[in-house]
Amino acid sequence: MKMTENNKPILEVKGLKTHFFTKRGVSKAVDGIDFTLQKGETLGIVGESGCGKSMTSLSILRLIPSPPGKIAGGQVLYKGKDLVTMSEDEMRKIRGNEISMIFQEPMTSLNPVIPVGEQIAEALRLHQKMGRKAAWDRAVEMLKLVGIPSPEKRAKQEPFQLSGGMRQRVMIAMALACKPEVLIADEPTTALDVTIQAQILALIKDLQTKLGMGVIMITHDLGVVAETCDNVAVMYAGNIIEYASTEQIFSNPKHPYTQGLLDSLPKIYEDQEELRTIEGSVPSPYNMPSGCRFASRCPFQQPICYQQQPELMEQNDGVKVRCWMYTDQWTGQVEKQEAVK
Amino acid sequence: MLMFIFRRLIQTIPVVIGVTFVVFFIMQLVPGDPAVLLAGEGASKETIAGIREQLGLNRPLFVQYFDYLINIFQGDFGLSLKNSQPVLDEILVRLPITMELAFFSIIITIVLGMAAGIISAIKPYSLTDTSVMLVALFGISLPSFWFGLMLMYFFSVKLQILPVAGWDSILHVILPALTLGAGGAAIVARMTRSSMLEVIRQDYIRTARAKGLRERVIVYKHALRNALIPVITVVGLQFGALLGGTVLVESIFAINGLGRMIVDAIRMRDLPMVQGGVLFASMIFVIVNLFVDVFYRFFNKRIELN
Repeated sequence: MKMTENNKPILEVKGLKTHFFTKRGVSKAVDGIDFTLQKGETLGIVGESGCGKSMTSLSILRLIPSPPGKIAGGQVLYKGKDLVTMSEDEMRKIRGNEISMIFQEPMTSLNPVIPVGEQIAEALRLHQKMGRKAAWDRAVEMLKLVGIPSPEKRAKQEPFQLSGGMRQRVMIAMALACKPEVLIADEPTTALDVTIQAQILALIKDLQTKLGMGVIMITHDLGVVAETCDNVAVMYAGNIIEYASTEQIFSNPKHPYTQGLLDSLPKIYEDQEELRTIEGSVPSPYNMPSGCRFASRCPFQQPICYQQQPELMEQNDGVKVRCWMYTDQWTGQVEKQEAVK
Repeated sequence: MLMFIFRRLIQTIPVVIGVTFVVFFIMQLVPGDPAVLLAGEGASKETIAGIREQLGLNRPLFVQYFDYLINIFQGDFGLSLKNSQPVLDEILVRLPITMELAFFSIIITIVLGMAAGIISAIKPYSLTDTSVMLVALFGISLPSFWFGLMLMYFFSVKLQILPVAGWDSILHVILPALTLGAGGAAIVARMTRSSMLEVIRQDYIRTARAKGLRERVIVYKHALRNALIPVITVVGLQFGALLGGTVLVESIFAINGLGRMIVDAIRMRDLPMVQGGVLFASMIFVIVNLFVDVFYRFFNKRIELN
């Protein structure tokens, strides 16, 4: 694991569980995850759709739709204070002020009938106790900071008058207006053109160094991870199955799922007929298997994988992985080294 | 914005002309000959023919229509067949009464309807929501003449706190306005509720929450403005229904308004009076719709007039 700074983590998630209680049963969207975020660090949370990565981010700010959603257990420690048990009033002071969020849908995440400048300024008036004029000026300044041309004019416009890329810039300006300590970016570039994607990522990176905040980058795009993240947590079916530095994840992926993910990327130097995929599908969150959740899709599966779920265990090189293959109980034919490649 | 209003105003001209056309020809389809009615029972054929001649009713319909149209544009709505008074004078006496009634009714529709809708939407599927929506369902289902009579029975006859009928003080307005506004309020309440519930689920409400805004600000600033867009349309349409409703309510509460005047005139086959009355009512509706459009544009700037 790569540690950016040695002091206490700014955000610490311990055993977080977010469950949805529906008529069909209990859906365990997030089922006991742990990670830490240091000041100035960018942590990537990767995984396919439905693995619980967005629910994790919404849980941190307690924004999960409730009912039916509920944080069923665990802690989210921000500067040592537990956000899960905090009163709604205290939580509101954190939201948008100390921990901000950028959502993945820039087209629908801005209020269509309120000028974008006002949408930025209202958070400043609320959290920074700024006056109308001061907040507006700061909003215009923020729009300028995120690279929107003629910000004075744009601030007075409504979202429908702005392009997708500009709207995402507005979202970023809004999220950063109060200079938060933590920024959660939930697929900030998914809905954008590739050229705009690079600009937005560079912008987040740039502002991060300026403001020194910790960033949680939620994405399914390994390219985004490689470009922006220091550490990566790979999620599968509501669990973190591998947690390592970006370097380690790309050079030496340990979990068969992570290996599969990297394998499914198209390769430039090989002559590939078709893209490789991971066979099978994710288990239903309503009916999780008692063993390893990836077992049925795993090329190295053993009887033990179906009996009991492995823990997320730290290896000698600091990588945390949730797989029987890296334990003493492993009896598989495949040698560890081979499995690791 | 001014340009928008101006263009929209010009658009109403063909609408108004269309209304005169429809009003004029529909009245021709109504059975019963005004000349016969005027002449009274047992009048000779010559007398009836004389009256026809005198009123110009024997001329071709289109000639009558164009005469009528030209006169209207000169402010001449003809003379009542009943008492030979100018129709316009009669209308101008009664119009303010109906406008007042309509105004208070639409206020009840908007205030009561939206308040009920918002209360329901804030806690959906709660006891409050269910009860409010049940009342709204009654509001939509009850015929206004029955509802009006019930109000009259309880508040005027039993409790004796409000006047039974007539139009003298503000107290006289309450029951008729309530009768007339209730149905609309119920529809607006249901519309506001469903629209609010739709809006509350939107991504931008989540963004507002993520900003740390208070629930009150989220509901009234971020959700309501968006939720009102479809509601405004419904209110505009309700106003049309409400104008039609004045006919019944004015009759029940013995109010000397435009609606009652039209009913009486129809009974008398007083053609100029009916035409004048309906034309004025239509024009009010056209003007209200113009207001609705302007409001709509104010709330939703994406609307551009093509």
